[in-house]
Amino acid sequence: MIYFNNVSKIYKDTVALEDITFAVETGEFVSIVGHSGAGKTTLTKMILAEEDPSNGTIFFESINVNKVRSKDLTQLRRRIGVVFQDYKLLSNKTAYENIAFAMEAVGKTEEEIASDVPHVLELVDLAHRFSHFPNQMSGGEQQRLAIARAIINQPELIIADEPTGNLDPVNTHEIVQILKKINDLGTTVILTTHNRGVIESVNKRVITMENGKIIRDTKHNK
Amino acid sequence: MAITALKRIIKNGFLNFKRSGLVSWAAVLVVTITLSVITLIILLQAVLYFSLNQIKDKVDVTIYFTTNAPEDKIMSLKSSLEKLPEIAQVSYTSSEEALKLFRERHKNDYPTIQALDEIGENPLGAYLNVKAKEVSQYGSIANFMKSDNVLAPSSVSIIDKVNYYQNKLVINRLNTIISGAQKLGFLLTLLLVIISIIITFNTIRLTIFISKEEIGVMRLVGASKMHVQGPFMIEGAIYGIIATIITALLFLPATAWLGREMTDFLGINMYDYYISNFLQIFVILLLSGIILGIISSFLAVRKYLNK
Repeated sequence: MIYFNNVSKIYKDTVALEDITFAVETGEFVSIVGHSGAGKTTLTKMILAEEDPSNGTIFFESINVNKVRSKDLTQLRRRIGVVFQDYKLLSNKTAYENIAFAMEAVGKTEEEIASDVPHVLELVDLAHRFSHFPNQMSGGEQQRLAIARAIINQPELIIADEPTGNLDPVNTHEIVQILKKINDLGTTVILTTHNRGVIESVNKRVITMENGKIIRDTKHNK
Repeated sequence: MAITALKRIIKNGFLNFKRSGLVSWAAVLVVTITLSVITLIILLQAVLYFSLNQIKDKVDVTIYFTTNAPEDKIMSLKSSLEKLPEIAQVSYTSSEEALKLFRERHKNDYPTIQALDEIGENPLGAYLNVKAKEVSQYGSIANFMKSDNVLAPSSVSIIDKVNYYQNKLVINRLNTIISGAQKLGFLLTLLLVIISIIITFNTIRLTIFISKEEIGVMRLVGASKMHVQGPFMIEGAIYGIIATIITALLFLPATAWLGREMTDFLGINMYDYYISNFLQIFVILLLSGIILGIISSFLAVRKYLNK
C-alpha cells in the first residue's frame, strides 16, 4: 500500500531522513519507534505530502505522492485519517461539528452526517460530550475525538503520530485498544511512538528509527 | 451539491463570526474606521464641489452691443450661442431694461441720473449675459464671438465690447485654482483610502493568523480550498455589512450636529446632504465594506492554504 524508495530529507545542514526504504501492506499495523528527532514525524508528513523528500520516491498504492497536484491532493488526503499528538481539533467547533466538518469536506449529505456522527461518538465513548468544545474536554477525550474524526470517512489508512504522547497510562491504553479495533476492522494503521509500553501492548510489526535511519524492522528479523 | 456546499460555507462563516467574539468585533471596528474615512471624504468632496460651484457661478461673460444694434441680429447671435455645447445659459437684456436697471442702481446718485436725463435718449446698448458650463470654456466662447462668421450677415459690427478680455486674467487664475483644488482633493482621497485599506487588510490578516493552524488541519482532514476559504470570506463580508450599518448610523447624529453648527461655515447643510444622498452613500459603503472584507480574507487565507 505504501512504498518508500530510498527517501532522504535534508533541511539545510541537518539530515532528517536518510535512505529510507520500506513497504506497508494493506491491513497491516505498523509501529514506528524512536527518540524525538529520529525522523518519525517527518516520515508521516511525507505520506500526507506535507513535506517533499529531497531524494527518493513515495507511493500510496500507484500514486506518486510528491507529484500529486493540489486538486488531487485533497482526494488523496481523504483516503487517509490522521491523529496527532496535540489532537489538532478545531477549537471553535463542538465535538459534533469537528466530526461533521470532516464529513462535509468530502461532500456527505446532512442526513448522512446526522446519522453517522452520533454513531462514531458512541464508538469512542463521547456520546455525552457532543456539544462540548475541545477546551472543555480532557486530553484523553480530545484524542478519542480526534480518532473519531480520523475514521469517520472510512479511510484506507490511519496515521497516528504519537497519539499517546500527552496521555496518562489509562488513556494511553484506551487509545491503543481503539486503534487495534480499527485495524481489526481492516484499516491499515501506522503508529509512531517513543513509548515501549505501547509497542508491547500492540504486539505487531515494529520499525525502529535512529538519527533518520531505519535500524531495525521486525518484519525482516522474524 | 453545490448549493449544500454554499449553505455550509455561509453557515460556518456566521458561526465563526459569532464564536470568534472579541476578535470579530475588533475587525468590525477597524472596517468601521475605514468606512468612516470614506464617508468623511464623500462629505468633504460635497463641500469642496459646492464651494467651487459657487465660485464658478459668479464667473460670466457679458457681450455689450452698440445702441443701434437691431434686436433680431442680437437674437440670432443669442440662438447661435445657445447651440454651442459649452454654453450653460444665455440671458438677454434689452437696452430699455438695461436703462431701467441702471436707473435702479444709481437712484441715490443724483448727478448721474441728472446727466442721463440731460442726454435725453438711451445711451445704453442691449447685452447678453453668457454662462459657460466650465470656467475653462470662456476663452473659446470669446473666440467664437470674435470670429467673423457669427456676424457675417452685417457689414458693421454690432458688438461694442466683450468683457471677457478685461476679466481674462482673473478667470484664468480662478480656473487654475479650481482644477488644482480638485486634483489635491482627489490625491488626498486616494491616499486616505489606500491607508485605510492597508490597515483593514492587516487587521483581517491578524484575525486569520490566529486560525493559521486550524487552516492546516482543515486541509489535512481533506477539506477543499474553497471549503476552508469560503467561511473566512463570509466572515469578511459580515465585517463589512455590520461596519456599514454602524458607520451609516454614526453619521446621522454627526451630520445633524454639523448641519446645526457648521452650515454657515461650510456653506452647505451636511445633514440635508447626507439624508438626501443616504441611499447612494449606503450602497458605496456596503460595497466597499464587503469587497474589502472578502478580498482581505481571501488573500490572508490563501497564504496558509498552499499545502
